[in-house]
Amino acid sequence: MILLNLYLSFAKVGLFTFGGGYAMLPLIESEIIHGRGWLTVREFTDIVAIAEVTPGPIAVNSATFVGYRLAGVLGGIVATLGVVTPSVVIVLALAMLAKRFENSAGLARVKSGMRPAVVGLIAAAALTVARVALVDLKSMMMAAVAALLLFKVKLDPIVVLAVSGLLGAIIFS
Amino acid sequence: MDSRFATDCESDEGRVPETGVPPKASVAALFWTFFRIGAFTIGGGYVMVPLIQRDIVERRGWIDKDSFVDVLAIAQTAPGPLAVNTAVYVGYMLRGIRGAMASAAGCILPSIIIILVVAALFDQISSSNYVQAAFAGIRPAVVVLIVSAAIKIGRPVVRSRVELALAAAAMVLVAFVRVSPALVVTAAAAYGLLARSTADNGGKDA
Repeated sequence: MILLNLYLSFAKVGLFTFGGGYAMLPLIESEIIHGRGWLTVREFTDIVAIAEVTPGPIAVNSATFVGYRLAGVLGGIVATLGVVTPSVVIVLALAMLAKRFENSAGLARVKSGMRPAVVGLIAAAALTVARVALVDLKSMMMAAVAALLLFKVKLDPIVVLAVSGLLGAIIFS
Repeated sequence: MDSRFATDCESDEGRVPETGVPPKASVAALFWTFFRIGAFTIGGGYVMVPLIQRDIVERRGWIDKDSFVDVLAIAQTAPGPLAVNTAVYVGYMLRGIRGAMASAAGCILPSIIIILVVAALFDQISSSNYVQAAFAGIRPAVVVLIVSAAIKIGRPVVRSRVELALAAAAMVLVAFVRVSPALVVTAAAAYGLLARSTADNGGKDA
């Protein structure tokens, strides 16, 4: 029963999370902490901290963590499946729709409006991350090093992240 | 997504019937590609935009630049994690439902494995100075990666003054006014559909 409830609660969170990541945290708070009483606020804060520093979508990380706390490994898996189910279904439906109208002039016009907006959204994400990431001279130097590695040395983005992590561990610790 | 897909692909019942040309990405390749991306998506969905672009658009050539922008538009309009949405859409485009499932599974599996390990060792890990310091080093790099993605994706897309204005408006609305990205994409889509001036531009995509 707890597994079913975990699945349903996280499906609800997944369904109403627009804009990814941080947008879902208030939803988890109201559904999981106040609604179900499955977590304390203190535990929730820990989860957010973990989700921030581990790879993967914050929604997925939080779901896995809460599920694990409540019902072990199986709980972690079930909660994660719950949180991604609505996205998978909705994105598939949109993808099928886009495929069906692939050659329509209407869709081409829709795309012509959406494409520049998407570029703006990515720029907005860079600004949002920059606000917490570029806080002092050291972090700006790290950004400059990363830019050098990416644009001049032409390293793979994943290698740039790994090197930055290593440098960070040496410089900031 | 056109003639470049029409190669080396054996018949596959998992494929969508509407797909006129069979994609060349195998289901296993999709899984591993998104597994690799999922393992390095630190600090939220946008980090994976440059990673996916590098792997899937530039290196493997599975989808072209314009289609990638459309994928991002849909991924941000639908609810749920951006990374998962993008994986599902790319997987579906290349290999139908099975591709979507494989990509989604690849994308979330690293998180599940890591979080389960972290949950078991939580206290040791969260108090480690080295872990904290490593992430302090990664965050500035993330900014650079996202900026580079915006430039690469923006170059072919933002060509006119109207398009630049749309991009700038979207950025300001989301970053400063805190409007939901889904709402911004939907409004931009409606604008594109209704605005006469962009009709000829849209014709290029068809």
